[in-house]
Amino acid sequence: MNFQIIKRTLGWILLFEALFFLVPIITAIVYKEAALVSFLVAMSLCLAVGAMLLIKKPTNEFIYAKEGIVIVALSWIAMSIFGALPFWFNGVDFVDALFETVSGFTTTGSTIFPTEAYPSVEALPKSILIWRSFSHWVGGMGVLVLIMAFLPLSGARNMHIMRAESPGPTVDKLVPRVKTTAAVLYSIYFVMTIAQFVILLCGKMPAFDALNTAFATAGTGGFSVKADGIAGYSPFIQVVTIIFMLLFSINFNSYYLLLRKKPKEAFNTEVKAFLIIVLVAITAIAINIFVTSGKIYNYTLGESVRHSAFSVATVISTTGFAIENFDLWPVFSKTILVILMFIGACAGSTGGGIKVSRIVILVKGMLHELKLMLHPRQVKKISIDKRPVENETVRTVCFYLVAYILIFLASLLVISLDGFDLTTNFTAVSATINNVGPGLSVVGPTGTFQGFSNVSKLVFIFDMLVGRLEIFPMLLLLTPATWKKN
Amino acid sequence: MNIIIVGCGRVGETLAEKLNDDGNIVTIIDMSAKKVKNIANKFDIMGIVGNGATHAVQQEAGIDNADLLIAVTNSDELNLLCCMIAKKAGNCQTIARVKNPEYSTEAPYLKDELGLAMVINPELAAAEEIARVLRFPSAIKIETFAKGRVELIKFKIPKNSRIIGMSVKEIISKLHCDVLVCTIERGEDADIANGNSTFEEKDIISIIASHKSAQDFFAKIDYKGKTIKDAIVAGGGVLTHYLCDILESSGISIKIIEKDLKLCEELCTQWKNVDIINGDTADQELLMEEGIDKTDAFVTLSNHDEENMVLSLFAQNSGVEKVITRINRIDYDSVINRLELDTIISPKNVTADMILRYVRATQNTVGSNVETLYNIIKDEVEAAEFIIKAGSPIIGKPISELKFKPDVLIAAILRNDQVIIPRGYDVIEAGDAVVTVSKLVSLHDITDVLK
Repeated sequence: MNFQIIKRTLGWILLFEALFFLVPIITAIVYKEAALVSFLVAMSLCLAVGAMLLIKKPTNEFIYAKEGIVIVALSWIAMSIFGALPFWFNGVDFVDALFETVSGFTTTGSTIFPTEAYPSVEALPKSILIWRSFSHWVGGMGVLVLIMAFLPLSGARNMHIMRAESPGPTVDKLVPRVKTTAAVLYSIYFVMTIAQFVILLCGKMPAFDALNTAFATAGTGGFSVKADGIAGYSPFIQVVTIIFMLLFSINFNSYYLLLRKKPKEAFNTEVKAFLIIVLVAITAIAINIFVTSGKIYNYTLGESVRHSAFSVATVISTTGFAIENFDLWPVFSKTILVILMFIGACAGSTGGGIKVSRIVILVKGMLHELKLMLHPRQVKKISIDKRPVENETVRTVCFYLVAYILIFLASLLVISLDGFDLTTNFTAVSATINNVGPGLSVVGPTGTFQGFSNVSKLVFIFDMLVGRLEIFPMLLLLTPATWKKN
Repeated sequence: MNIIIVGCGRVGETLAEKLNDDGNIVTIIDMSAKKVKNIANKFDIMGIVGNGATHAVQQEAGIDNADLLIAVTNSDELNLLCCMIAKKAGNCQTIARVKNPEYSTEAPYLKDELGLAMVINPELAAAEEIARVLRFPSAIKIETFAKGRVELIKFKIPKNSRIIGMSVKEIISKLHCDVLVCTIERGEDADIANGNSTFEEKDIISIIASHKSAQDFFAKIDYKGKTIKDAIVAGGGVLTHYLCDILESSGISIKIIEKDLKLCEELCTQWKNVDIINGDTADQELLMEEGIDKTDAFVTLSNHDEENMVLSLFAQNSGVEKVITRINRIDYDSVINRLELDTIISPKNVTADMILRYVRATQNTVGSNVETLYNIIKDEVEAAEFIIKAGSPIIGKPISELKFKPDVLIAAILRNDQVIIPRGYDVIEAGDAVVTVSKLVSLHDITDVLK
């Protein structure tokens, strides 16, 4: 393991994080908030530690796959710890602060607010609010990908880092250079975020709210500046948010292909499967809640469709914004939403979950197994868009699922000690490991994670990181062999 | 430049690495997903799995924006087809590796008719290099600049040589030779020579001089300038075939030892100065019988690296002065160097070097450009020839007043057929060809050597 290069990359991460702090700092200056001091202190700490790590130039700049993975995992942990400082300085318990920051960077959107000091989200300083939303934006596309777009970390092998940080079973470059690929991805991301911000402004959303909403949607995060999420805004704003949540959960490669005027390649199997799942889910839930309308809630047909579409988009994109308390809906609708949590967004997007492409591979593989039972000698290879999926990829996807289930069950077991009901526990774990945000019951759209013990919160923090970095980087950190010299 | 490489064998990989290091944007294509993945993981390039001779795959690799396509798969026909399609699909230059002697004899026709920029035959290129060394055996390696008027010669200082202990300065003051010492390799260190560098036994040094001055130099230092009259070649493959073709009229008599009787029979009718011996080179008795201890040169050209190396070591032990070893596959340079195997030839490296030389030469930049380029010491020191165009900042000042980066040497100036080995007072003029030797690998312009 090349510890020198890991140290150096961590140094760069912290310098970049110091740069990120400029966003809340400017906000604090504009709104003349006392929280300014806390951000300045956090920024100086980042700069100091970052510079310290960068002093010694590594003699060996080689990055193999293992270094790439460890760099990504450690970077996210370091970033979260330093990112939690401003919350902590402003009177939030440290574990809570860490939970909130990890929830931000991993684009989960689960929150521990309201606390005693801050009885509602609206009571938080604006600089803290924008820091939450901005952490979504940075975490969505990945910090290391951003760094790669700006400075050459170590020649050619950065792909290992990019692969570990970007979601999906296989990560491909768009163009030959990693640097250019990272720059292209961030450009698309940036332009789409600006587009949403401008459209939201056109819908007469206040500028501060629009900026926060755009950041949180782009990263498919879900932190909102209002306690009731997006519910208080006009239907226009809600529809815009629905559309952008879905747009940000589609593979960014598709947008690049569209730009290159290759619409056929852009609408690949994964995107099609994603859209079909979305449409089916919206229709099913819309009918379900329209038919049962009248008792606890009262929807017209239009409202049913809008609320259904919003909930489906917010869950499958793993954003987690709320407009309606879907916890009140019939069990059928809630079950669909829970299933969507697991499916998640497309690979290569900013969303979480298992990812549609993995589901496609798994389902195709399972169908092949069935065929092989009938014709044991038949030769079968899984292919997507007429391209064979390497056996290695299939194997990794299978064991990804196994690891995912094991971690899920272990987490469920640990947090069950807190004594909440099974629905709460199950959806709390699935909301964090899939980076969705809200679950059902106690942790529903109007609920909070505040009631859990610190141990459970640490488990959720681990789950969120596991979900965002797709399991293996975090597991690798826990493997003793990783830390051996050779 | 945007470069597409089809075929990820050894040559493809070397090219991908070097071209990428030079700052080109490289895309590789190969049928094997494993190979593509392996190389794309190592270097910052894009890998595409598929048949490089299909239009769709070339499109995916970005043939529309490509400046150059290099086809180096194992199949000649595929390489040619790749180039033809690339030529039609995009507006790019093409280079094909063609191994089959039947095609490569038609290289000029192929170049004209298919619009190829370069047709390269690795074995032929290697044979040419071996022939060059056999003709001038004092050298480990000879490269020529300015259409042969300047030679870059690399040789090892023998025991008891006159120049051991001398400094580079003294070559001029004591020997009165118009040569320029470029590099000194001692063990694993390689350095650009300066006036105060001294020579030691077993150093490998490279000099630049005109052919005449070089002869003069070797005479003055009593270096055995003995010409080679006979050579034993182990192995009768394609490379041997080419080598014999080239050396047919050189006056060197050749003895080929080949195991395969059928191959021997084919070979024996081809040339008049060549004897074919049917036997196993692993048989020490046979080698002794054929006079390995008395031959001037021994060339091992079998397809087995290990066999070649062992045979060469044996030949060196038996007192053969010039031993040339072919190594195809083995990558452990530092270990092989320690074996002190004299001259090592690798067809794949020769191919990669030639293509690299071509690519760098075509990367024209303002002012001047690389005409020819050689690796003097693998991956460390390069010699490059530039044509100086009017307006270059290097013109009009004595060399001693120009500010060079460290480890850069102006090794020769060519002006109207005249070779000038530059001294501090010489001035470079527009239209000169200048040969530089530098540790800064991948120069693209003469201005790159200035501070």
